[in-house]
Formats: sequence, structure tokens, C-alpha cells
Amino acid sequence: MAYHHTIHNKTYQFGNLRTLLAKATPFRSGDALAGLAADSYEERVAAQMTLADVPLKTFLQEAIIPYEKDEITRLIIDTHDQSAFAPISHFTVGELRDWLLSDEADPQTLQRLSPGLTPEMVAAVSKLMRNQDLISVAQKCEVVTRFRNTIGLKGHLSVRLQPNHNTDDPKGIAASIIDGLLYGSGDAVIGINPATDSPQTVIRLLQMLDQLRTQFDIPTQSCILCHVTTALEIMHRAPVDLVFQSIGGTERTNSSFGIQLSLLKEAHEAALSLQRGTIGNNVMYFETGQGSALSANAHEGVDQQTCEVRSYAVARQFSPLLVNTVVGFIGPEYLFDGKQIIRAALEDHCCGKLLGLPMGVDICYTNHAEADQDDMDNLLTLLGVAGCNFIMGVPGADDIMLNYQSTSFHDALYVRKVLGLTPAPEFEAWLLRQGILNSKGQLQQVGKMHQLLGYNAGE
Amino acid sequence: MNRELQHRNPVQEDPWSSLKAFTTARIAIGRTGTAIPLKEVLSFKLAHAHARDAVYSRLDTMLIQEQLQPFHIDMLLLHSSVADRQEYLQRPDKGRRLDAHSIETLHTLPISSLQKDVAIIIADGLSATAMNIHTLPLLAQLLPMLKSAGISLSPVCLIEQARVAIGDEAGELLKARMTLVLIGERPGLSAADSMGAYITFNPRIGNTDESRNCISNIRQEGLQYEQAAGKICYLLQEAVRLQLSGVGLKDNYDATARLEG
Repeated sequence: MAYHHTIHNKTYQFGNLRTLLAKATPFRSGDALAGLAADSYEERVAAQMTLADVPLKTFLQEAIIPYEKDEITRLIIDTHDQSAFAPISHFTVGELRDWLLSDEADPQTLQRLSPGLTPEMVAAVSKLMRNQDLISVAQKCEVVTRFRNTIGLKGHLSVRLQPNHNTDDPKGIAASIIDGLLYGSGDAVIGINPATDSPQTVIRLLQMLDQLRTQFDIPTQSCILCHVTTALEIMHRAPVDLVFQSIGGTERTNSSFGIQLSLLKEAHEAALSLQRGTIGNNVMYFETGQGSALSANAHEGVDQQTCEVRSYAVARQFSPLLVNTVVGFIGPEYLFDGKQIIRAALEDHCCGKLLGLPMGVDICYTNHAEADQDDMDNLLTLLGVAGCNFIMGVPGADDIMLNYQSTSFHDALYVRKVLGLTPAPEFEAWLLRQGILNSKGQLQQVGKMHQLLGYNAGE
Repeated sequence: MNRELQHRNPVQEDPWSSLKAFTTARIAIGRTGTAIPLKEVLSFKLAHAHARDAVYSRLDTMLIQEQLQPFHIDMLLLHSSVADRQEYLQRPDKGRRLDAHSIETLHTLPISSLQKDVAIIIADGLSATAMNIHTLPLLAQLLPMLKSAGISLSPVCLIEQARVAIGDEAGELLKARMTLVLIGERPGLSAADSMGAYITFNPRIGNTDESRNCISNIRQEGLQYEQAAGKICYLLQEAVRLQLSGVGLKDNYDATARLEG
């Protein structure tokens, strides 16, 4: 099907839905690198005007990556819920945008609608939304998940404690964990990116985390962010709470990560069978990020934001506890500056929430990106308003292993304070019992004799 | 008594600074309210400033040429097809290819400059600062080692606005058996002047990262020059022996050194 729009005497032609989506995308360096971006400001708006008039039903008829070629397309088409879609099936993309912002689209309605939305519909509508719209709509969605605590309730903001260490030294990691706990972080997960993916290292770190968690009776979960095959290999010898995997939005991207849907299904079932969650069964932790498909040379001509939203179709199949878009990690050739990083993060968060995912954001940048802590402060505040489920907590915002800057434990305290947000309820109660928070939610000065300071890793 | 001195310092220190012994992470930095104390904020800013300055630093080709004069090696000044730093950061594809003038330079080299064992490429990468600091001391260790190993050298290429893979095009045009790309690594907050060394056997346009061996973190506080040069020389000799580089070429240099020692 051909798409076109005339502005004055100039007619813009868009050969297919894939091209139309790419050309309608707000500018980012990755789409330019892939040769998919609009050639002019006018062409971009022409594409957006064209996209606004495309009926949502078109997305069920025209696959942007062929059904035969890509298992994620098959997943999207095969799992689409027609009855959930019915109430909006007569809408165009533009009408969907206006409706999403109306009072009629309340939290319950949006939740019921979610299985009727495909990633491409959601990506399309987000391209027509301003940052304010992305915040408003996301803020209406509530996605709650549970393992040992409750994450994503309105008015709460959780933190992944990220205590990475360049040589995976248990004492070094433990020092960062204690620091983070005493600053009120760690309710989303205590999650380590290991420097090496060796099973021995992963087992050693899992045992350390489990021992720490049980010793102090912390209502949270742990995760070593190793490859899913490593987790599968060791989970009967080591205390695996959550299974982690990076995922992308095309079959070939996932191949480059060494995974297929069948492998994720196997891992999900194996993790469920461990029955380690006490109040819920959300056992998966996924990470995503715009640009991964292009980086793997596997974007199939699809713009990076649409690829990203397609990865959410993979995630929602496995009812994850946490989905984290690592927005600024990939570098300036995909998201050049603070403006592009902020826009991408708001898109990812909103699109993920519309698709029913427990979205968190790694608010971050690398040193070759045109960004700094001020940009991260802006994004952190915007995401707090948008109702983001969780953010990262890294000592002083400086990850010494991955060599990039994220958000600090202090940043989490800031956004909780200015927006009146609190940690996951079970974790908040623990912080109160530990004397780390007071009943007003303020951080307390703990003494040298606090029991957490008596912890000794490796004993 | 001065009235101001009666005010308490609003900065609260964390009573677990002893844990700093176990990690270089920014732990126990204290707080004022929920904010990071200014002293820590400024120290972070300074580290970021060093990293940013390194990203935008220029390869000092005059300095490097002067420094390498005593070694009597031919040097070529080349440039990638990138126009400026902004484009460099957004178009890695262009940073992997030479500009027309550089290609012409390599095409017109005398036959006596071609078909050598190793083409050494000095590239700015993401930190020209690293190259301006480490090129001389590293080559001062490496060149004598290569000489005594009987390894012949193409003219040394100084390439501005370059990515690692530019060595494939340069090496191919020089008809070199291998390339050694010395390049400034992406600056972190802990180090903005780290040099990396990439070895590629049979350099050809389109080679991917699996076909290379990498030695990282060459700097005063990281991998020392002598050790780095030894590793590079070992890997180059092994690449010739095995006729390959990359995943099939294992870095057993440390083991070898220990056996011999």
C-alpha cells in the first residue's frame, strides 16, 4: 500500500508502512546513520500527517517485517487480542492519540486495551505525541508486579541497586550494596552486571547476594545480569531469583544476543519452577534500548524506536518483574544528545506502559554523548512525573565497571522527595525497621554500630 | 566568637568510609539533605570535564612526528572521510574509511614501501589526548622489539578522525600482512587517556571485530608500556605463525613470559 501527502505543490510518497514510520520519527542520529530518517523537516511532518490518517486496522494487515521472516512478527500477529482491540478498531493513529489524552482513556480502560495494541500501533501513535503527551499517557497507566515486594504502585518509585565492580570482587560489591541500602535503594532488585560471564563468578555472586538478603531479611530480589543460558545452566546449583536477558525487536537482533523465543520460554518456565518468589511470580528481568537492532546490523529497514517497541512484545510474553530501557548507554551515533536521550526515554517508558510492561529507565549517558548530569536531572524529574516504576542507583552515578554515568542513590532520594514518592511498601517498612528512614520518609543518620555495617562479605 | 562558626556544617558524613578500601566506586560520599555534597559534585564534574576535553582533543601530529624522528621511520599524515568531530561521533561508518586524498597518498607510494609485515596506524579515536601522551613511550619500547624479531614495517600512518576499522583500508592499500592500530579509547570518569591496541591479520575492508585482538587500558596507571609492547609483539608473531588473528588467536603472553622467567 502506498502512502502520500501533499503540502503546497509537493507530494511526499512513502512506499510502505515501514518507511512511513521511519520518516515520521522525531529526529535521532541512529535513524540518520541507518539512512532511514526524513530528508527534511517538512518531509517529517508530511509523514506524521500521513501517519495520523492511517487506520489502526492497517497495522494488522501490513507487517513491517514479513511474518514468514521474523518470529517476533509472528508473535505479535498470533497473540493479538481482537476483542480487546474492538473498542478502538475504527480509529486512525491520529484519533488514537487524541483519545489517549482524553479523560475517557482512564487507567482501567487503558489496562483492558493493552492486549489489543500491537507494538507498531503504539510506536506509531508515540511518534505523533509531544513529550508532554508521552508523560500524560504513561502517568495514567499502572503496571504492578511482584516477587518478594510490590513494584509499580502509584505513588511509589523503586530503585535497582547496581553495585558493579571491575573485577567482581565480592567485598567491593558488598561495600556498594551497603552504601545503597543505607541510602534507601534496592527495592526493585539488587542487580550486578558481572565483569565476566563465567558460571563460577555468577554462582559466587548469587550466593553472596542471597546470604546478605537472608541475613538481614531484606524484602527484595537479586539478579546477576548474565546471559540467559548461564542462568539456565546454574539455577539448580545457585540461588537464582530473577532471570535476566537483553532483548531486541527483530529475530536477527535476538540471534545476535544468542537467544530465540523458545529459549526465553524455557528459561521462564525453569525460573517459575524454582518458586522463590514469596508474594508473586514475576521472575524475568529484561533490558532493552533503542539502537540495538542497528548496532547488530539487524534492523530490517525499521527505525530504531519501532524496533524498540517490538522488543516489548517479546517482554510481555513472559510477565517480567522489571523491564529496563538502558536509554543512553548505546552512544551518540544512536542518540546524540540530551534532547534525543530524553525524548527516547519518554517514548520507551510510555510505549512500554501502554503495552502493559513494568517499565523502568536507566537514565544514563556515555562520555562521548552530548549530555551531562543536568540532562539526567531533567529526565529523572520527567520520568518521576510520568510514573516510572524504577530507576538505577549507582554510587555517585559513576559505574566503575561499565564506564558510563547513570543515576545515584542521592538522585533517587531527590526525586522521591520532590514528588512525594516512596519505595515499594514492603521495602519501605524494612527501611523503617532498620532506622534508615523515619516515618516522614526522610533518611536518617545511622550510627557506626548499625548492623548492616557489621556485614562481612565472604564469611 | 564569629557568628558563622556557630552554624553546623550541613554536610552529613557517612560513618562507613572504611568501606572505601574495597572499591573505587563513589561510596560514602555523604549528603546535604538528599543532595551530594558540593565537594563531590565538583570532583565528579572535573572527571567528566577531562573526559569531554579528551573526546574533543586533536591529534598533535607535529609533536608525534618530531618525537618519532630519532627512530627514522617513514610517516604519513592521513585523514578519515569524516568532516569534523560532530560528524565523527554520529557517523562511525565514515570514521572507518579514508578520505580521497589519503587514498591517493597510499596509491602513489613506491613499491619499496609496500608488502611489509606490519602497518602501524596511530589513530585519535575517542581520545587524541591518550595518543599524544602514549605514542612515544609505547613505540620506544615496541620498535626495538619488532626490529629484533625481524618484523618489517610499512610507513607509520597518523590518521585523524579515525575508528579502529580504518586500519583495514589502510592496511589493504599498503598490502601489509597485519595492522597494528593504536587508538584512543572512549574516556571514562576514572581515565580519559587510555590507549587501545588492535591487531588484525590480513587487513581487508569489511573485517569485523571478531577478526581482531585487542589490548586495552594502556596508560601510566593501567597496562605499562613495556608489558603492552611485549604483548603486542607476541601477538604479532603468533598471528604470523597461525596466519590469523581474532578469536582463534589466544593471548597466552603472560603464561609464556612466566614460563620463560
